[in-house]
Amino acid sequence: MRIYALSVYLFLYIPIGVIALFSFNAGRNASQLQGLSTKWYGVALSNPFVMDALMTSLTVALTAAFLATVFGTMAAVALQGISGPVRKMFDLLIYVAVMIPGIVIGIATLIGLITVFDQLNPLIAAVWPDGATPPKLNMGMGSLIAAHTMFLMALVIIIVRARLAGMDRSLTEASSDLYATPFGTFRQVTLPLIFPAVLAGFLLSFTFSFDDFIIAFFVAGSETTLPIYVFSSIRRGVTPEINAIGTMVLAVSLVLLVAAQILLRRGARSAR
Amino acid sequence: MSIRTRNWLLLAPAGTLFLALLIVPLTVVLVFSFGERAPAGGVVPAFTLEQYANLPARWTAFKNTLTLAPIGTLAALLIAYPLAYFLAVRADPRWKTILLILVIVPFWTSILIRSYAWIFLLGGRGLPALLEWIGIDGVRLINTPFAVLVGIVYGYLPLMVFPIYVSLERLDKRLLEASSDLGAPPWRTFLQVTLPLSVPGIATGCMLVFILLMGEFLIPAMLGGGKVFFVGNALVDLFLQSRNWAYGSAVAVALVVIMLITVTVYMRLLNRLGASRDDVAIM
Repeated sequence: MRIYALSVYLFLYIPIGVIALFSFNAGRNASQLQGLSTKWYGVALSNPFVMDALMTSLTVALTAAFLATVFGTMAAVALQGISGPVRKMFDLLIYVAVMIPGIVIGIATLIGLITVFDQLNPLIAAVWPDGATPPKLNMGMGSLIAAHTMFLMALVIIIVRARLAGMDRSLTEASSDLYATPFGTFRQVTLPLIFPAVLAGFLLSFTFSFDDFIIAFFVAGSETTLPIYVFSSIRRGVTPEINAIGTMVLAVSLVLLVAAQILLRRGARSAR
Repeated sequence: MSIRTRNWLLLAPAGTLFLALLIVPLTVVLVFSFGERAPAGGVVPAFTLEQYANLPARWTAFKNTLTLAPIGTLAALLIAYPLAYFLAVRADPRWKTILLILVIVPFWTSILIRSYAWIFLLGGRGLPALLEWIGIDGVRLINTPFAVLVGIVYGYLPLMVFPIYVSLERLDKRLLEASSDLGAPPWRTFLQVTLPLSVPGIATGCMLVFILLMGEFLIPAMLGGGKVFFVGNALVDLFLQSRNWAYGSAVAVALVVIMLITVTVYMRLLNRLGASRDDVAIM
């Protein structure tokens, strides 16, 4: 039994380990280990295409995760207090957002936004003052952030709502019995209790957005995110540089994930 | 400000986002699937079932998806179950949390990089070279259905382990003692007590993995080398290469409909079996 478990763990971690090991390869052949060095990290980090893609990914992930966390937490708190058709409709939308394959979300956002933009652009041009060039709505970082925010918001609502449901109701009741305003109760009682879940939601959202390939592939327009860069490089062949980028990406996600897990577990304990 | 107004204000951003980026786009896909292809690459509004009638042209993609997704789900289940059992019943409680986190973490790291790792391992200089070294020649692993299957199991194993673990963890251990006190050998206790009681976890895990596999693109794209392709790969081709939005929309709608039918039938079947549904989110 133990040996079995161990071998499954090896199966899960050996591929990651191999990538990490070969990223320190001194030679230029990707699959032959010729001594250890960190030179490929230097190569990757001084490649302007990699750095551009990294900046795009970080901007998108930070913005989308932040917006999703704020809007998602707001919605989760409101949904906790209501029932009826509005609640049912939101439950359905959250379910649809999470269940529909990412690829379909990507396609739908692509053709949906292009169709809407095609209608809006002439309108904007018509009302724009003469002489100035009217702005043109197009696929790009904005559409990518919007698509990620929508999907991640559904995720944040699920996470935060789970914590709200596990929260001791008598605490908020006591607070309002003691004449705290609803906002005061939220800030001083609810928020501290759900904060670990909110932060975990942010970290998971960031990781998801940073790692997402399929939605970005459709809606990023001419922007290149890091996963899109890695995907197109792999098509051109396996290189030690990709190993180095991959190892860095994995390391970032690992750190954030472990933090999120600890927060979720600690939050579960303190909310009881 | 009344509580009612407050709730409306709190829900406004979420509602707007869902409307603009979920409801409207999905409606556009549905409308386009009944349209005609415009010469320039867009869609001419129409009401025709031509695109749906043309679906068999992509039959191979649907066939591959509908064979490899169930096989992959089953393979993941067979590998995940013993691990979940070990974690829930046998593992040292002191190590349990860390062992569990170690299973969940890979799921949330880049599937792109993790599939890339298998290009590396299954490619000519990886496992085949190792096999050659021990005397087995001419094995080709990359760009085969087997490679895609390995990628699938590797990618989605954590999603299968977690729900099964939860259902086994909840299981009342006294039932196992009672069974063995009444003289049942361990295999019988497992088959008649443990396994039936973990059915909800198995059901949730299989459903999650199956749903995600139906929309998979990356794993077949990376490990199937254009020979083993899923509906997802057909969609990328239709939208980004041949720019046939009308037909692509019909393929996307067909995919979602197949998914919905499968899930509904599956739920019905489970309810009839008397298993209670329990949702476990892996996060």
